[in-house]
Amino acid sequence: MLKILFFGQLKEITKTDSLEIDIIQKGKKMNTVAELRGLLQAKSDIWNEYLAYGKALVAVNQEMTSDDAEINETDEIAFFPPVTGG
Amino acid sequence: MSHFTQISVQSQDFDFAHEYQKLRDSNNSDGALVTFVGLVRDINLQQSVSSLFLEHYPAMTKKVLNNIVEEARTKWQLGSVSIIHRIGQLQVSEQIVFVGVTSQHRQSAYHANEFIMDYLKTQAPFWKKETTTQGEQWIDAKVSDIKKSQDWS
Repeated sequence: MLKILFFGQLKEITKTDSLEIDIIQKGKKMNTVAELRGLLQAKSDIWNEYLAYGKALVAVNQEMTSDDAEINETDEIAFFPPVTGG
Repeated sequence: MSHFTQISVQSQDFDFAHEYQKLRDSNNSDGALVTFVGLVRDINLQQSVSSLFLEHYPAMTKKVLNNIVEEARTKWQLGSVSIIHRIGQLQVSEQIVFVGVTSQHRQSAYHANEFIMDYLKTQAPFWKKETTTQGEQWIDAKVSDIKKSQDWS
């Protein structure tokens, strides 16, 4: 299973801090972050808006990466708004 | 004592004098010690701020801060480096972040300290939510911070 994490405003607005998703969807394996993002965005208008490319950054196994990054079965994939520490 | 890297993410406050002393005591060969402390401001975007909440992604935060220090060490000859970042609920004028760097001469310490803060602001997974007179709101990332961190590469 893929472990999906949300942080910051995204976590609050979707009322979701984590979820598990099978990498196989409708008999087909998802290969990239972009495919996973699309699947999550399809959940509702709010998810569609706040998970949009450019609005939510992504980290695969705690490394910030881009939408063409490959994903694998047991990855931890986090989506979050641009960071505002310091 | 010898040179060290210290990275801490914590809810409790830090004692500046103590952190400064640790850096000083770490060696006798460095002639420069540069520190930065970030504080909670009482005004942001023309609104009066009463407190700040800081969230982070624990598994990723330490990795990123370690990477930032390693990157700084490849760019400049540094002695000791210390980063402390607070999380949780903070009141106005409280300390948020400490960055301390030692080096033989001042230029490396100045540059590395600024580099670490610039990268931390755009790479480290922290998020601020502020409580203002208008209610609670998540702070948006600043384009100027993103641009500044790009200037280093």
